[in-house]
Amino acid sequence: MELKEKLLSSFLAFENQVDVETYVHNIRSEAIKTFETKGFPNKKNEDWKYTSLNKVLKEDYSVFSKQENALEYSDVKKYFIHDIDSYKIIFIDGKYSSHLSETTHDGMDVCLMSAALSKPKYRLVIENYFNQVAKDDSLAALNTAFSQEGAFIHIPKNKLAEKPIQIIHFSTGNEAALMLQPRNLIVVGENSHVQIIERHQSLTSNPILTNSVTEVFANKRAIIDYYKVQNDEQNASLIDNTYINQKQQSHVSVHTFSFGGKLIRNNLNFFQNGEHIDSTLKGITIIGDKQHVDHNTLVHHIEPNCESHQDYKGIFGDNSVGVFNGKVVVEKEAQKTNAFQANNNILVSDKSSINTKPQLEIFADDVKCSHGCTIGQLDESAMFYLRSRGIPEKEAKALLMYAFANNVLKSVKIPELKKRINKIIANKLGVNIGFDL
Amino acid sequence: MLQIKNLHASVEDKTILRGINLEVKAGEVHAIMGPNGSGKSTLASVIAGKEEYEVNNGKIILEGQDIDELSAEERAHKGIFLSFQYPVEIPGVTVTNFMKTAINETRKARGLADMPANEMLKLIREKAALLEIDRKFLSRSLNEGFSGGEKKRNEIFQMAMLEPKLAILDETDSGLDIDALKIVANGVNKLKSKDNATIVITHYQRLLDYIVPDYVHVIHNGKIVKSGGKELAHELEEKGYDWIKEEVGALR
Repeated sequence: MELKEKLLSSFLAFENQVDVETYVHNIRSEAIKTFETKGFPNKKNEDWKYTSLNKVLKEDYSVFSKQENALEYSDVKKYFIHDIDSYKIIFIDGKYSSHLSETTHDGMDVCLMSAALSKPKYRLVIENYFNQVAKDDSLAALNTAFSQEGAFIHIPKNKLAEKPIQIIHFSTGNEAALMLQPRNLIVVGENSHVQIIERHQSLTSNPILTNSVTEVFANKRAIIDYYKVQNDEQNASLIDNTYINQKQQSHVSVHTFSFGGKLIRNNLNFFQNGEHIDSTLKGITIIGDKQHVDHNTLVHHIEPNCESHQDYKGIFGDNSVGVFNGKVVVEKEAQKTNAFQANNNILVSDKSSINTKPQLEIFADDVKCSHGCTIGQLDESAMFYLRSRGIPEKEAKALLMYAFANNVLKSVKIPELKKRINKIIANKLGVNIGFDL
Repeated sequence: MLQIKNLHASVEDKTILRGINLEVKAGEVHAIMGPNGSGKSTLASVIAGKEEYEVNNGKIILEGQDIDELSAEERAHKGIFLSFQYPVEIPGVTVTNFMKTAINETRKARGLADMPANEMLKLIREKAALLEIDRKFLSRSLNEGFSGGEKKRNEIFQMAMLEPKLAILDETDSGLDIDALKIVANGVNKLKSKDNATIVITHYQRLLDYIVPDYVHVIHNGKIVKSGGKELAHELEEKGYDWIKEEVGALR
């Protein structure tokens, strides 16, 4: 059976398990119709010109995990940023693991989507925010149709979440192939501040397809720092759909570190609904083999006096493929917008490739918008300089790549996370360089 | 220490060195002078192992070993150091981290363990003081936004850290004011010993007032056309290079 057909019939089974007389289920029912009409995107769709899902979709995925699977912390500790105190929302094969998690309801809610969807005390938040910013494109709609579990984070106003929140989705490989559709909702009140680290981690080489949707709401003057660590196994694919709605004077940054997995597609969308908003989108991609990473970003400048900063660096080896499609829309009312976009790439092998496409749609006349993309190789004179000081070729290359990616790492505000990313990069480049940037 | 025999080298099919012969012994300072485009910097790059240059003929022998097949890093591990005429800017790598990496990679190649962090710090402080380098400077990105003088001082600082057997200073005096020149020369002189050697490549005699050579060689058209003591440098300063060219021309 084709995956689409399988999903449509699974939806009927899903309806037998959930309460269908709810606000949310009406949204789900609409969403499955949208998915049925649109189906999976293909290359005819301009946004999917350089990324084909065909190979990923042909696996025979289970749509739900058949059993509850458990993991011991000691076995998966290395995937946590374990040297800091943090809240943890952990899932195993799509199901919540209370054993590995550390949630809270003390002055704020760091808990589960399933709880938020079913408990009356969250009804208002759900009605105000759930599916309010996610677009109705086919993959987001598919996720909406099956939305049931994920992270629910609600920070009331004037609250500083003193610990970062880690959201980790493990897949055990107990299913031959598994599709996961986590749904996260993050609402941050006025003047509040939160840091989030998200990771998807497969523990075997069995095929995994994750189609995730995260909705983020930053109210007035809220500050949100979101870090996505994508360093998954060779047969794990991820479609990450993230939608961020910002109110005035809020600052939201998303850092995406893409180092592994089979195919990764990041749909990252920012909507600026207020003045003096700051949006930051940064990414480092280092891949090889036949890996494929696609960053599809949108920043929608709707009101005046806002800023956006995009900085994506990519290093591509072997037969890997990168895609960067960065769209910036500046509405007529959005005067004094300052939008900056950069995408710099290094192709390490002759067989790797990058497709980069800035897309600016500017309807206002008093704005500063800049964009630049570069594709290059490592600088030969810099290589000779480093080697003449005794640094071997491989290490010299790694050092230059570190340096190349360094700008993006600089803005990571959690030192332990920065260290971890450094370590992953060193591993990825196959070197053991004894320094921190 | 270093013997260069009948060295011919080219870049992109253009022959630049046409039979260089040179012998440098431990404890000596040799100056190589010559007009622009004569092949001075090429000679420096070829000794250091820059891959773009092809050695077509001849030999470079360091302490009895032919180093022609060695990579730039292997030559560095054997004790060759090149102070660049134009040091490369490397944003994102601090001077300190760069030095730590260079020293530990060199130690690794020589079968030694990493230098302990406190020892490294002490060494960095000591050598920075020798070159009158401010501590803040060490946490800046390598050569990025450095003035000409800072870049050259940083080169000699690296030399002091790595303690090479053979140091080649390629136009180290260019872009230096007199104060910076004195600091750099003082650094080089303090590093001199009976066990190491220095090749100073320069267009002008000025630097040689401070780093006094034992031998001066004049290179022209890819060949050493005249060798002498330090007084040859003064003669060149007074008369320029034209008389050398004429002399060479007359010999042809």
